[in-house]
Amino acid sequence: MKAQHDVEQFLYKQSGLLDTKQWQKWIDLFTPDGIYWMPPDASYKTWDGQPAIFAEDKNLMTVRMLRVLHPDAWSQRPLWETNHVVSNVSIKNESKNGDVEVTSRFHMMELRRDDVRHFAGSYMHKLKKTKMGYAIQLQRVDMTNAQAAYDYVLQVWV
Amino acid sequence: MLQERAPNFAKMVEADRVRKEVYTDAQIFEREMERIHETVWIYCGHESQVPRAGDYCTVQIGRQPMIMVRGKSGKVNVLYNRCPHRGNMICGDREGNTGEQFRCSYHAWTFQLDGRLKNIPMKSAYEGTRYQAKGGKDNPDCSMKKAARVENYRGFVFASLASDGPSLKNFLGKSIVAFDDMCDRAPAGEVEVVPNCFRVIQHSNWKLFLENQLDALHPSVVHQSTGRAAHEVEKILAKKARGGAAPLSYHMLSAFATVTIDKWDDFQTINYPYGHCILTGYMGLRPQDPDTLAYDKVMIKAYGKKRFEQIVGVNIHHVLVYPGLSVQSPLQQLRAVRPLGVDRTLTEIWHFRLKGAPEAIYRRSLAYYNLVNSPATLINADDLENFWKCHQGLSSDGGDWVSLARHHGRDIEKDGVVSSGPKMGTSEAPMRNQMKAWAKFMQA
Repeated sequence: MKAQHDVEQFLYKQSGLLDTKQWQKWIDLFTPDGIYWMPPDASYKTWDGQPAIFAEDKNLMTVRMLRVLHPDAWSQRPLWETNHVVSNVSIKNESKNGDVEVTSRFHMMELRRDDVRHFAGSYMHKLKKTKMGYAIQLQRVDMTNAQAAYDYVLQVWV
Repeated sequence: MLQERAPNFAKMVEADRVRKEVYTDAQIFEREMERIHETVWIYCGHESQVPRAGDYCTVQIGRQPMIMVRGKSGKVNVLYNRCPHRGNMICGDREGNTGEQFRCSYHAWTFQLDGRLKNIPMKSAYEGTRYQAKGGKDNPDCSMKKAARVENYRGFVFASLASDGPSLKNFLGKSIVAFDDMCDRAPAGEVEVVPNCFRVIQHSNWKLFLENQLDALHPSVVHQSTGRAAHEVEKILAKKARGGAAPLSYHMLSAFATVTIDKWDDFQTINYPYGHCILTGYMGLRPQDPDTLAYDKVMIKAYGKKRFEQIVGVNIHHVLVYPGLSVQSPLQQLRAVRPLGVDRTLTEIWHFRLKGAPEAIYRRSLAYYNLVNSPATLINADDLENFWKCHQGLSSDGGDWVSLARHHGRDIEKDGVVSSGPKMGTSEAPMRNQMKAWAKFMQA
């Protein structure tokens, strides 16, 4: 029960950092070899060597962060906000050292200028237990609409 | 304005400027679809998308929903996605395998993979009618309509919905280098599609996308943020590698900032009849890393040293095949532009694998595909923002013209081919060339 509670709190924190645009703190949640992955299709088994909407290690995450913080990132000028709701948190595996594999569902509403978009899907997290709490080894994001045409693009992580 | 009199398209395009309505008027858009997209050769897809008989994918040509399907004989057919009975769409999915026949979901008419009628339930009901009368199963009244012309160049399938006009090769002219350059870079001389294209919708006219592709002035302005960000991380990674280099993908991104605005004048645009253009440039440079050297070895074995040098010496950044294709052959990616409306455009972005090339070469261009062309693109996000803003501005009464005057009067014209002048890579010659072709198509 404790693991369930801790995992849930961690996932809320993860999405909360995105919604409050605390990019560096969000990147810091990952292990040094951590990967953020959004496959173009639910059938994909690995992020490596295949088309991916996102497949980023911490270096590429840093590029994305520095980009959105740059004053001349034109697409970042208009007001935009997101709101995540994370739910259906289910621990699939817990190893003896406390590492967990956990699935959950999310719903993200995004406002950009006057337009609202909705994204929903599932998370799969591989979390490493560290002295400081959990760290993300893999965050897999399966968008329900991954195969639909994207009306405009995704600027940051979901 | 247009409802009152037929527009004079020649008057909308001047040598160095274009009327704003060309981008915003819904009636002009309808005419474009009729005179351009539903007339000239349009890219449908690559034959490796439909490897087996019955494999199909749906594709939009202008306003027409089409099916590209592999026939029994192995030939790729392009058909209208419409049942001749009551007009029902035949294939509702984007892709799949239809087996030995198409079967309409409404009244179960069935068709061969080349569109000819196979059967009608309780067929005697048609005795004495036009549906039974002439031609039997070849009767066009009973068949799915075919695209007027279909041609396949090195695996790239094109269709034209007009029975008259230049052959595909004549239409493509020199822009055919897009497909030769891509295929020749494969040791086996051909490419295959990497499954799943990326699809992104932009809120602007289709021509804005095409014009941007060979606009050498914009990258260092629009993509500065990503270029700088990638350059920062690239420097850190190179330092960590102790004399080594960061992965090439960082360089591809940082070039948007390190190639400063003035350096883009070093490139050249070459503009051809029918609106096609080539931008020469830095993608033609050959890195000397171990992956490239291993690839060079395989290529020399396949082609011999002399031919190999010719192949990798082709100096292309981008080829624009008017009116709907942008090809980055050195990176094996292709963007097909599908107009959805006067202010909405879909791009389908594909990546190809060089048959016979080492995995590392595939992965290198895959990195570009994911970073630049995915729906989470670090590059196109800012282009799309500009396209939207362009469309908003052009829809206003703040001005009547779009300026295409950069380096106008300094183009070099020879035998119908227009090149930007020396050290004038940022010339708006490609936009002038596209609009010249546009006016010709629209007047025809």
